[in-house]
Amino acid sequence: MPKVTIDGIEIEVPKGTTILQAARMIGPEVAPPTMCYYSKLKTSGGYCRTCIVKVSKGSAQNPNPMPKPVASCRTEVMDGMEVQNITSPEVLEARKGVVEFLLINHPLDCPICDQAGECDLQNLGYEHGAVKTRYEFKRREFEVIDIGKYIKLHMTRCILCYRCVKTCEQITDKRVHGVIHRGDVSEISTYIENAIENDFSGNVIDVCPVGALTDRTFRFKSRVWFTKPVDAHCGCNKCSGKVRLWLKGEEVLRVTARKDQWGEVEEFICNSCRFEKKKKSDWVIEGPSPISHQSVISQNHYNHLNEVKIQVLKQQKALGFAETKGDSVTRK
Amino acid sequence: MGKKLLIHNEHVAGIHTYEVYRQMGGYASVEKAIKTMTPDQVTDEVKKSGLRGRGGAGFPTGLKWSFLAKPEGVPRYLVCNADESEPGTFKDRYLMEKIPHALIEGMITSSYALGANTSYIYIRGEYFYVARILETAIQEAYTNGWLGKNILGSNYSLDLYVQVGAGAYICGEETALLESLEGKRGNPRIKPPFPAVAGLYGAPTVVNNVETIAAVVPIVNNGGEEYAKIGVGKSTGTKLISASGHINKPGVYEIELGIPVEEFIYSEEYCGGIRNGKKLKAVVAGGSSVPILPTELILKTAKGEPRLMTYESLSDGGFITGTMLGSGGFIAMDEDTSIVKNLFTFARFYHHESCGQCSPCREGTGWMEKILKKFMNGTANEADVDLLWDIQSKIEGKTICPLGEAAAWPVAAAIRHFKQEFIDIAKSKKFVDVSHYNRLNKTKEAV
Ligand SMILES: Cc1cc2nc3c(=O)[nH]c(=O)nc-3n(C[C@H](O)[C@H](O)[C@H](O)COP(=O)(O)O)c2cc1C
Ligand code: SF4
Ligand code: SF4
Ligand code: FES
Repeated sequence: MPKVTIDGIEIEVPKGTTILQAARMIGPEVAPPTMCYYSKLKTSGGYCRTCIVKVSKGSAQNPNPMPKPVASCRTEVMDGMEVQNITSPEVLEARKGVVEFLLINHPLDCPICDQAGECDLQNLGYEHGAVKTRYEFKRREFEVIDIGKYIKLHMTRCILCYRCVKTCEQITDKRVHGVIHRGDVSEISTYIENAIENDFSGNVIDVCPVGALTDRTFRFKSRVWFTKPVDAHCGCNKCSGKVRLWLKGEEVLRVTARKDQWGEVEEFICNSCRFEKKKKSDWVIEGPSPISHQSVISQNHYNHLNEVKIQVLKQQKALGFAETKGDSVTRK
Repeated sequence: MGKKLLIHNEHVAGIHTYEVYRQMGGYASVEKAIKTMTPDQVTDEVKKSGLRGRGGAGFPTGLKWSFLAKPEGVPRYLVCNADESEPGTFKDRYLMEKIPHALIEGMITSSYALGANTSYIYIRGEYFYVARILETAIQEAYTNGWLGKNILGSNYSLDLYVQVGAGAYICGEETALLESLEGKRGNPRIKPPFPAVAGLYGAPTVVNNVETIAAVVPIVNNGGEEYAKIGVGKSTGTKLISASGHINKPGVYEIELGIPVEEFIYSEEYCGGIRNGKKLKAVVAGGSSVPILPTELILKTAKGEPRLMTYESLSDGGFITGTMLGSGGFIAMDEDTSIVKNLFTFARFYHHESCGQCSPCREGTGWMEKILKKFMNGTANEADVDLLWDIQSKIEGKTICPLGEAAAWPVAAAIRHFKQEFIDIAKSKKFVDVSHYNRLNKTKEAV
C-alpha cells in the first residue's frame, strides 16, 4: 500500500486513494477544504480549486515536485509522495485567491439566506478569505426561480460546483438538470425550468454548498441556529428513512439527510420524507444529532479553527517564514 | 526561397479538386504506407522526422502516437483538431481551403499508422464553408477508393467524418473537443486519464492539429530523416505561420524552422517589413496566448543572439525574456499600437471563451477584462496594474485546462514589458474608444 506524507504526517493508504481522502484519514487539521468534491457522487470534484495542494515530491520513483498545484480531490497518491497543504504559504496564498474568486460575484446576502449558518462558503470565507473585497464592479445577478413546488434556485448564489448536476445524473432517473451558457454567465438549469419531478430531487438541496438551492417548505421559517437537530427514522419504503429533523419546540421545521463530519450526506433521502412528513409523530426520534465541525451550529467550530490557525503559524515559524500580518503570509 | 512541403502547390489551378491533387502526386503516401509499410514503420518515420505538434504545445508527434493504448477488441480513434480559434491563427483554414486533400491524405496515412478505422475532423462552427470543402474532398476520396472498405485491396478500412462545432474556442482544447464530439457540453475533462488511454467514447484516441497531420504526408513520402534535415535542433521541418498585424504582407507563410525572426518580418519573401515605414513595437509570436515581446527581445534573445523561428529559440529566456512558438499566429504591432488596448481585446476574448468550470478562470477572466476596461474608460489608477498582476498570478497554474494560463500569460507579459504604458494611461485619464466591440457583446452582460 502506498505511503504518503501530508504536512509532515505519514499515512499508508489503499491504492487509488486521493490526496484529499488520505488527508481526511489523518484528520481535519490537514484536510483541505472542499467546495465541489462529494465522496458520494462519482466524478465530482476538480472544479472549485479550493482543495489545491502542493506536491513537493511526486513519488519514491519520480521524486520531482509537480510543476503546478494540484486538486487534491482528483489526484491519486503515489508511494513516497510528499504533499504540503497548510505548511505551504504558496498553497494558502493560492487558496486565498480561489476564495476571493468564489466571492467576487457572490451576493453576500447572508442575512436573508436560508443557508446561513450551514454554508460552506461562509465557513471558507471565514477561514481563508480577506477582510476587504478588491472587486469594485457590479455583481452578476439572476432571477430567482422555483424548481417545482419544493425547491428554490437562487442562481446568483451558485458557485457552479456541479454537485447538483451530478446528483441529478446519478441518483434521479431522468436527467433534467444541467448547465447552460458558459463562463461567468453559466447557469444551472432544468432544461429549461422544468420542475424536477422525481422522488429524490430534494437531495440537490443537501449537496448544495451554498444557498443556491433551498427548501421552499423551510423558507424564512427560522435561522438554522435557532433550530435543534435530532436524528430520527421512519419506515419508509422509498429510502432508508434515516433523517435529521430540525425542531423548534415541538414543531418540525425542516427535514434533511444526515450529514457526516465532512458535511456530506450519509444516505440520500426521498422527497416524501423530506417535504411531507412534517409532524413529530411521523418519526421515531433517536436523540440529538452530532454536529460536524463544518457547522457554526456547533459551538466548538471556532475553537477548532483557532486551533488550526495556531498550528499553521507554528509550522510557518518553524519553516522560517516572517511574521504573518493579518491573514496574509509574507516570505522573509 | 525556403523549402515548402505543405503548401508548395497552393497556386496550382484546381488543386482543391481530386484530379489535380492526384496529378500533382497526391495520395502517394497512402499508397506507400498501405502497400509497403507496417503501421509501426509509419510511426517510426514520424518519430525520426522529429515532427512536433503544430496545435500549440509542440509535443513530439511520434512519441504521442507511441503512447496510444492498443487493447484488443477496443476501437481506436484519430481526431483532427480543426477548431483553430486562437486569435491570430488562421493557417489551418488556409491549408484546408486551398488543398483539402492534403489533410484527407494525412488523415488516411495517420489513421493507418494508428490502426484507427474511424476518424474525425472536428472543425469550428465558423468554418462551415470549409467543412463543405472537406466533405466534397472526402466524397471524392471515397469515390476513388482511398476511403471505405479494403483500401487499395488491403484489409485496412477507414471511415472519415467531419463534425462541425458550435463555435467555441474551448472546444479546441483536446478533451473539450472530445466531449463536444460526443455531443456533450464542451467542458475540458479533468486529466488523467489522457486521451491516449481514454479518449473519444472512452477509447484510446490521438488528437492532432490539421498541420501536424498534413505534415505526415511529406514525412512518409520522403522519409523521416529527410524531413529532419530541415530546421534547427529539435525544431525540424517546415511550419505554417499566420502573419498579421502592421506588416506589409499579411498572410500564411510556410517557413523552414530556424530562419531568423528578423528575416521573417523584414524580408520580401515573407512579411515585407512594417507598413507605412513605421517602426516595430512588439510581437505576439505564437497566437494570442503567448507572451508579447518588445522589439529588442523578439529580434534578439537576452543573450544578444539573433532570435530564430524555432521552439527553442523563441522560448529562450523563459517567460522573463522569451515567449513561445505556439500555434504560429504571428502578430506584429507598430509603434502607434496601444499595448493596453490590445490586451483589453485579448482579455475580452478569454472572458468570453472561458467554459466556466473552474473558479479562477470563470471569475478571474471577467475581472481582468473589467479592470482593463477601466483603462479604456479613463478611470483606471496605478493600483489597478498591481491588482491585474495579482489576479493573473492567481489564475495561472490553478485551473483545469490551459485556457486559464492562456488568459493569464498575455496580461503578465504586457505588464512585464510595458508597465509604464499602463501607468501613463492611468495618469492621463484619457478615453480610448472601444465602443465598436460592444456591437459583438450584445448577448453578454455589459462590461
Ligand atoms: C483553450 C485551448 C484551445 C486550443 N485550441 C486548439 C486549436 O484550435 N487547434 C489545435 O490544433 N489545438 C488547440 N489546442 C491544443 C490542443 O489541446 C492539443 O494540444 C492539440 O490539438 C494537439 O495536437 P498537436 O499535438 O498536433 O499539436 C488548444 C488548447 C487549449 C488549451
Ligand atoms: S446550485 Fe448549488 S449544488 Fe448546484 S452547482 Fe450551484 S452551488 Fe453547486
Ligand atoms: S481553465 Fe477556464 S476554460 Fe479551462 S476548464 Fe477552467 S474554466 Fe474552463
Ligand atoms: S474540492 Fe477539489 S477542486 Fe473542488
